[in-house]
Amino acid sequence: MKIEEARKYHKIDAVIVGAGLAGLRAALEVAKSGLTAAVITKVYPTRSHSGGAQGGIAAALANVSEDSLESHMADTVKGSDYLADQDIIERFVNEALKTVYEFEHMGVPFSRTEDGRINQRPFGGHSAPRACFAQDITGHVLLHTLYEQCLQHNVLFFNEFQVLSLLLKDDVARGLVAWDIRAGGLHIFHAKAVLLATGGYGRAWKVTSNAHANTGDGVALVLEAGLPLEDMEFVQFHPTGLYKHGILLSEAARGEGAYIVNDRNERFMKTYAAAKMELAPRDVVSRAEQTEINEGRGIGGQDYVYLDLRHLGRDKILSRLPQIYDLALNYLKVDAIREPVPIQPTAHYSMGGIPANVRTEVIKDAAGSVVKGLYTAGEASCLSLHGANRLGTNSLQDAATFGRIAGVHMTEFCKKNAFSDLPGKPLETAQGKIDRLWGGGKERHAPIRLTLQENMTKTMGVFRNQDDMLKMLGVIKELQERYQKVGVDDKGQAFNLDLIEALELENLLGFSEVIVEGALARKESRGAHFRSDFPKRNDGDWLRHTLAWRRSGKIVLDFSKAVVIYPQYQPQERKY
Amino acid sequence: MAMIDIHVKILRYQPGKDDKPGWQDFAISVEDEATILDVLNEIHWRHDGTLAYRRSCRSSICGSCAMKVNGRNVLACETPIHRFGSKLKIEPLSGFEIIKDLVVDLEPFFAKLKRIKPYLIVDKPLPDKEFVQTQEQLEQIGESTLCILCAACSAACPSSWPNQEYLGPAALLKAYRFVFDSRDDGADQRLEIVNDKNGVWRCHTIFNCMEACPKKIKITEYLSRLKVKVVENSL
Repeated sequence: MKIEEARKYHKIDAVIVGAGLAGLRAALEVAKSGLTAAVITKVYPTRSHSGGAQGGIAAALANVSEDSLESHMADTVKGSDYLADQDIIERFVNEALKTVYEFEHMGVPFSRTEDGRINQRPFGGHSAPRACFAQDITGHVLLHTLYEQCLQHNVLFFNEFQVLSLLLKDDVARGLVAWDIRAGGLHIFHAKAVLLATGGYGRAWKVTSNAHANTGDGVALVLEAGLPLEDMEFVQFHPTGLYKHGILLSEAARGEGAYIVNDRNERFMKTYAAAKMELAPRDVVSRAEQTEINEGRGIGGQDYVYLDLRHLGRDKILSRLPQIYDLALNYLKVDAIREPVPIQPTAHYSMGGIPANVRTEVIKDAAGSVVKGLYTAGEASCLSLHGANRLGTNSLQDAATFGRIAGVHMTEFCKKNAFSDLPGKPLETAQGKIDRLWGGGKERHAPIRLTLQENMTKTMGVFRNQDDMLKMLGVIKELQERYQKVGVDDKGQAFNLDLIEALELENLLGFSEVIVEGALARKESRGAHFRSDFPKRNDGDWLRHTLAWRRSGKIVLDFSKAVVIYPQYQPQERKY
Repeated sequence: MAMIDIHVKILRYQPGKDDKPGWQDFAISVEDEATILDVLNEIHWRHDGTLAYRRSCRSSICGSCAMKVNGRNVLACETPIHRFGSKLKIEPLSGFEIIKDLVVDLEPFFAKLKRIKPYLIVDKPLPDKEFVQTQEQLEQIGESTLCILCAACSAACPSSWPNQEYLGPAALLKAYRFVFDSRDDGADQRLEIVNDKNGVWRCHTIFNCMEACPKKIKITEYLSRLKVKVVENSL
């Protein structure tokens, strides 16, 4: 191994990829133990997309009404359409209160009740007001607070670094190789433990709430390393995406009482979820919206419906939902105090991801065999906490709680184990990716990405069917071939956005194939995965997790990983 | 929605190639509802792949895409082109070293943040549940916590331009946010740090920061309250 080939070589106990809530929370835990923790992030930490979360973080504090851990668990099980692993949910609800109080003790400016306690609001699929919130900028304040805590505890930050390959050998993680975006050049990070907390993969869609950064890099790295991905076909479409832009308008709007109406000014949710109405889970509301649109009851027959906040009144809108108000005004010139806001379903949350156990250790097969030293948490992971559909406000809680749990186990692991040797030629894979793009042909990344995103939105949305998905698979294969001939205009070292976007595209193309293959194989409808040609849930055949590998260029699926189900939470018909 | 032709001037700088930044012109067609970020993406994706800029959330919350458009600091993602008409002049934030094109070096900006101890300092025992904080107490700091660290304020601040040592509006606003948090016990430490010629006293209430802030935070007002607190504390 020629270490001098790398401009930089870093030897660090725990290396964490991603600076959202999961990554930062893990880093903080490791750093507090006295070990060195480094966070590698392609954007400045406060730019991470956890900051985009608006409505709240779930915990049964019971500050404004009766609530219980059992209720939070039951709601999450049902919300997941019974695909979530219940041992994971149990751990989650048991840790959730601690996570919120910890955040409060760190200084998070939660909105308050009259008596000065953390305020809570209703959210879809939760049977009590459980969303602890800070206006509608909850993710933003949690993210900034955690970043500041990490500064206090001297977490090392490698800002604007793009990870290009995992260093694994004999099922032991040994570190990774990353490209320094700012200055150019490859760096080797030699680590005892590696956490992948790279977030979701919603950028494969054109209409999406996701940031430009959400290209599923960690998910793609795992696939490339010959490890499996889990339940990738389950992607949540958020019902209140800002029309055309896809930008998130928080479910907090409906939590505060907003309506969704069609062209006839009907609150159409009464047809689909009479009891919960607009506060049914997101998969249910998005399907209802898309059905209204498909049947011609979108506004003016077009592909959107209205989110109506007007009856909430100016004071409530500006005090509780100021960000939503500003977004509608800035992007659509709609004044939500006086006008309804055009909305449509938007690709939002990745339930699938990197399979891991309750200790956040990455697993490599249906039996749960562990890859030593490799961890995952947050949206990049599939534990599976959210199953086929996530409940709103469970994601911030997931990221923070399992981030902390990851930090605890990584610390233990680092204390017990020595550094493993790096594999031979550690730079080879990463260098190969760069060289190919710099020496590449006439194809460009932008049109390929746009074709992928447009087709994913068209065929892999709220409703899916076999014909569309087979076509989509063909599109992906063709785009993968074209990608082989992609070259970049920019040959410079410093801040080469052209190169980064081309590298990210390879990731999008890689895991999108897994999404489509999984969705094609799963001949049932469950949670966010709805097949018009198989509209019923089928527990007999499909109450199983999907594992997918890329082997010799082909996606191989395995459905032998069972769902963990407790006797008291047996699958039932899911009605709201 | 219609397509319109626009003329865009961008201040370009490619390290290793250019001695100094220079303007480049682009004539492109975009939708009339396009944002500045849409314009940059259009140029980068279809006209010139070498253009560099920062962006991520495209929904005004991550703070990546602060830049100067027709002389004003804005977030590219939330700023529609119709605010400026069909002639755009886009350049990086002032007062920072340019890394490439519209990308500036923000390391000094983030280093200043760390200097004011941007974390709750608590001497008292932690409660079992949350600290009680009244709505009025929260109100003191509420708006200041909206800051997205985009650096538009610092880049607009004439006191910051000639003096790299000045803490600048963003770090001082963060100091305010903790000093005025009812749960915090670290005011003395922080007030000592900001009571310096390169701390609050370098703020000459010019109000540029407030005008530049995409979150409309009343920064100057909060910095003034911080000054009062420094004086009160030293009496």
